[in-house]
Amino acid sequence: MVMMDVPTKVVYERPAVLDPRVTHYCPGCTHGVAHRLVGEVLEEMGEVGNTIGVASVGCSVFAYNYFNVDFVEAAHGRAPAMATGIKRLLPERTVFTYQGDGDLASIGMGEIVGAASRGELLTVIFINNTNYGMTGGQMAPTTLPGQVTTSSPTGRDVTRQGHPIQTSELLATLEGAAYVVRRSLHNVREVRRAKKAIRTAFEVQKKGLGFSLVELLSTCPTNWGLSAAEAREWVEERMLPYFPLGDYKISPAVAELDL
Amino acid sequence: MAKELIKGNTAVAEAALRAGLEAYFGYPITPQTELLEHLSLRMPELGRVFVQAESELGAINMVYGAACTGKRVMTSSSSPGVSLMMEGLSYIAGTELPAVFVDVVRGGPGLGNIAPAQGDYIQIVHGGGHGDYRVLVLAPASVQEAVDLTGLAFDLAEKYRSLVCIMMDGSLGQMMEPAEIPPMQPLKTEIPDWAVRGTDGGEKRFLTSINLDPPDQERLNYRLMTRWQEIEANEVRYKGYYLDDAEFVVVGFGTAGRVSLSAVRATRDKGIKVGLLRPITLAPFPNAILNELAEKVEGFLVVEMNAGQMLEDVRLVVRGRKPVEFFGRMGGVVPFPDEVLTEIERLTAGPLTTEGHPRDRWLARMAEVLG
Ligand SMILES: Cc1ncc(C[n+]2csc(CCOP(=O)(O)OP(=O)(O)O)c2C)c(N)n1
Ligand code: SF4
Repeated sequence: MVMMDVPTKVVYERPAVLDPRVTHYCPGCTHGVAHRLVGEVLEEMGEVGNTIGVASVGCSVFAYNYFNVDFVEAAHGRAPAMATGIKRLLPERTVFTYQGDGDLASIGMGEIVGAASRGELLTVIFINNTNYGMTGGQMAPTTLPGQVTTSSPTGRDVTRQGHPIQTSELLATLEGAAYVVRRSLHNVREVRRAKKAIRTAFEVQKKGLGFSLVELLSTCPTNWGLSAAEAREWVEERMLPYFPLGDYKISPAVAELDL
Repeated sequence: MAKELIKGNTAVAEAALRAGLEAYFGYPITPQTELLEHLSLRMPELGRVFVQAESELGAINMVYGAACTGKRVMTSSSSPGVSLMMEGLSYIAGTELPAVFVDVVRGGPGLGNIAPAQGDYIQIVHGGGHGDYRVLVLAPASVQEAVDLTGLAFDLAEKYRSLVCIMMDGSLGQMMEPAEIPPMQPLKTEIPDWAVRGTDGGEKRFLTSINLDPPDQERLNYRLMTRWQEIEANEVRYKGYYLDDAEFVVVGFGTAGRVSLSAVRATRDKGIKVGLLRPITLAPFPNAILNELAEKVEGFLVVEMNAGQMLEDVRLVVRGRKPVEFFGRMGGVVPFPDEVLTEIERLTAGPLTTEGHPRDRWLARMAEVLG
């Protein structure tokens, strides 16, 4: 057999900013995908050495183990406040928080609204998986009507347990929020769109245009009791109708960005 | 530098700023608000960070983040706000970060009132946030002392990577007195090695209070406690008045200590040999001097603006060797020197006992006062 000297081109590799180690995430969980997208964007922007991440309390509590950037770990819900403290003192640095839906939209609603309304120059990666993953799948503020969780065992009854919060829609009403969008990680097309949004969000921060947040519909096969493939379908069938993908806030300055 | 007539809260704010404060995060609450207001003007003027947070929870977590950068940062509040800060304080302690907070204590529990009190002693000195940690607590008794302790607070926080609380009360915060504020210090230029800043291609740093493996957590707890031993050995501060020949000693801190001093002087004028021990560090507590006094004096009177919180620390050191009596006013009521004088006279007239609990005897007397 003749070995041909074919020029090779790398089309896919692990971003160097991500530590080459096995994560503690469950198989089929899209936390890993979200990490990867953030890592790729930071690398493409040349921001790795200039970034400080703020991990939150939830399944991503150990995010700081996976990113080779400076990191701090916040109290439950308080990542936007902690990030505010860092960014205000180190305005040249890129600062992002990585938060789940229980963290951001329940216990941390005050902190996220405060940060967004002040127009803090932060980027928030917001993982919406409709439950409290880390503590074993309890009802979250994003749990869908009728959805069974360990603390809504007969399905979320909105008359007793309230309605799911549409976080992006809510935050988009705030003047300080420059860029608020919802994307999903349930298929390749949406993953690519999610990456673009994450890039835009970090650019918004770099250019000082205001607060930016990317909500990512994410899977939690373990607590949903589904296989990885079924979980992705569940996102499409159940989550998308209640959490429509889209751009909820594009400030005029962001609209002018040419990326 | 000349003395100026200045309010306690404002003086502490200006002293902190001149000590090189780079970021302040706070939330309005009486009787502390002037501190926040002063910095809301001064910090931006100097190109430094001032943020009025969405709550005290937000404020203390901003301090948490800001402290991770290794710069001089602080917050201030009053009792109900400090309760909200307990979560963040515990995280700051667990991450071994230096930070300063001021508690201008008011009457409580609950919303209570906005009058001066010392009811937060147990919360700040012995408790507060969850987990095993200690806070260095400084208790000034005048505006000048508050100013002097403010600069010290930052030095101590950095020296021990520890939380330092300046515990004042509403009267110190609100009162105007002549005080000399030290000149402006240059900002710190050295960033400690542990501070996050962006890797710039080097090793990454991370700061966290999570230690899932109990042996790791235990090592951290051990480190915190051995550091505390060092603080106990080196940082005790107090002021003694007329202790040399004292036969009886009044123990009181902050405003209660100051009121007691007037009473002690009046008693001295009557020829009764009374002294005053005024702890300046409530933690670490001045155990050694108290222990020494317990060997030679005839009895103690503890005076507080609460129902006897420091009292228990005094009793722990005196250990029944000498009688300890208590006098307190609560809920924002400040004792008058005359009241303390009466209590001193009661103590010195005897009979003295080491039986029972001084709080019970005091409560019985209070029944008459309150009607
Ligand atoms: C003050 C406080 N309350 C409760 C908890 C327990 N807790 C840990 S993670 C978590 C839920 C996190 O859920 P979410 O933010 O949705 O993230 P996920 O795990 O789903 O990624 C809770 C309630 C805590 N750590 N701190
Ligand atoms: S519990 Fe859910 S969110 Fe957490 S790692 Fe597993 S799949 Fe992901």
